Amino acid sequence: MHSAVLLIEFGSILLALGLLGRAAARFSLSPIPLYLLAGLAFGEGGLLPLGASEEFVATGAEIGVILLLLMLGLEYTAGDLVTNLKSHYPAGLVDMMFNAVPGAAVALLMGWGPVAAVVLAGVTWISSSGVIAKVLGDLGRVGNRETPVILSVLVLEDLAMAVYLPIVTALVAGAGLLAGSLTLAIALGAAGLVLFVAVRYGRVISRFVSSDDPEKLLLVVLGLTILVAGVAQQLQVSAAVGAFLVGIALSGEVAEGAHTLLSPLRDLFAAVFFVFFGLHTDPASIPPVLLPALALALLTAATKIATGYWAARRAGISVKGRWRTGGALVARGEFSIVIAGLAVSAGIERSLGPLATAYVLILVVIGPLTARYTEPVARHVTDRLAARKRVPQPVEEAEEVPVGD
Amino acid sequence: MSAPRLRATPLPGIGVQYDLVTKDQRHLSVVAHRDGARTVNMYRADDPDSCAHSLRLTGSEAGVLIDALKPSHHSASLLYTTDLGLVAERIEVAAASRWNGRVLGETRMRTDTGASVVAALRRAEAIPSPAPDFRLAGGDILIVVGTREGVDAAAAILGRE
Repeated sequence: MHSAVLLIEFGSILLALGLLGRAAARFSLSPIPLYLLAGLAFGEGGLLPLGASEEFVATGAEIGVILLLLMLGLEYTAGDLVTNLKSHYPAGLVDMMFNAVPGAAVALLMGWGPVAAVVLAGVTWISSSGVIAKVLGDLGRVGNRETPVILSVLVLEDLAMAVYLPIVTALVAGAGLLAGSLTLAIALGAAGLVLFVAVRYGRVISRFVSSDDPEKLLLVVLGLTILVAGVAQQLQVSAAVGAFLVGIALSGEVAEGAHTLLSPLRDLFAAVFFVFFGLHTDPASIPPVLLPALALALLTAATKIATGYWAARRAGISVKGRWRTGGALVARGEFSIVIAGLAVSAGIERSLGPLATAYVLILVVIGPLTARYTEPVARHVTDRLAARKRVPQPVEEAEEVPVGD
Repeated sequence: MSAPRLRATPLPGIGVQYDLVTKDQRHLSVVAHRDGARTVNMYRADDPDSCAHSLRLTGSEAGVLIDALKPSHHSASLLYTTDLGLVAERIEVAAASRWNGRVLGETRMRTDTGASVVAALRRAEAIPSPAPDFRLAGGDILIVVGTREGVDAAAAILGRE
């Protein structure tokens, strides 16, 4: 009986997600906001409270986070990470300063204490690689000269996650200064070691994992990842980081094959993860935090645009390209939710989950729009300003007319 | 004049971008995606950082384009003789083709176009001079010899769904 209810509930969730994903694709939107809304609708205080499948969904959500980070690791080779770190670290630092600080400041202003401040800093800091990569493709900008700048900022953020996530994990677990720094040392050591081993011996590891049979490759990669994630969790380092590091260590053909095999699985479990996060948020708790979330979203959209402008200028991109870089970076999504999820499951500050949900809902929708319209709007505004300056000198305007022909 | 130089920029998570500046200072780039797809980009004159056109090709489409771009290559023809006015071309029978499962004679290709099928390639096997009762299957590649017009007409017949 129990299992029948579980199947019915889980089946309806997946079916609903599938239909929502289709609807999102029709309007070429990211499905993430719809998944979150679906979670809100299903969960406690929502329209359709779920009972039986709660635990099942929770496990699925955990696997979703692990797969999200594994796939992220698979996207990059250790070489990519090291070159990016060497040549673009100033952009990464500016990104952190501009975007993590506002989140932390707002949390402190709301009187939530230092732990929540660190969590919210992460939520506002990390852009959504998934949404941004899709938007760049949709807008035909993959070949643009500013695209490497955008990607390098994303790579640095992802790398920063490997250091940041263990810190948050330790903080929300309430570990003391000593235990906290020990965790951090372990995490940094592990990340450094994996990068070193991946650069030096990536081929050996990949050969060990490699298999021509897709079934065996899938089982070995998935098994290895979940095992490492579990061990990392046991060491308080965060399962997600463990998975990310496994992804980095795999390279070449294996990474390619694993990417193809795991993509559908990632999509499935990541959707479950978003629903799970929504499930744990009471829709009634969102309206009170809506205004702060909107203010924070607008503030950090502006700081991201500034970050992109700065990073692109540093790389010698022209003014239009700088605005495009800024606009493209605005979207926040999966990782903001991953970070907020850590705090929510540890029971830190009850309003933090709803605030993060509302924040991501706003920015995941606005992000693709800013990517498209930041440059035309900025051009329009600067043209207007320039025109206003020119009014007192009609001679100059008259001279310009023949040029326009 | 120096030889044209292809500049490569890694795009982490996407692939590699190759830039080329042509002799008359036009910029062109090709993004080689990890999954084998290729995007060909041309840049705007008023905003050289931005693509005016961006065309995405699948791996096999890119392969066909590469063939066409090779200076030594004349289309997909195996044989090209201006003197005799004959061409030979490889034409694939698509799975959606109406001829999938029918015999060669039914296409009335030689009668209607004057072009003949000199061989059929099926997976690793080659069948020389297939007879009219040869049964076509989706994925077969036919080597058709005839005049330019005849081969084009044969391709049109084989393309029917």
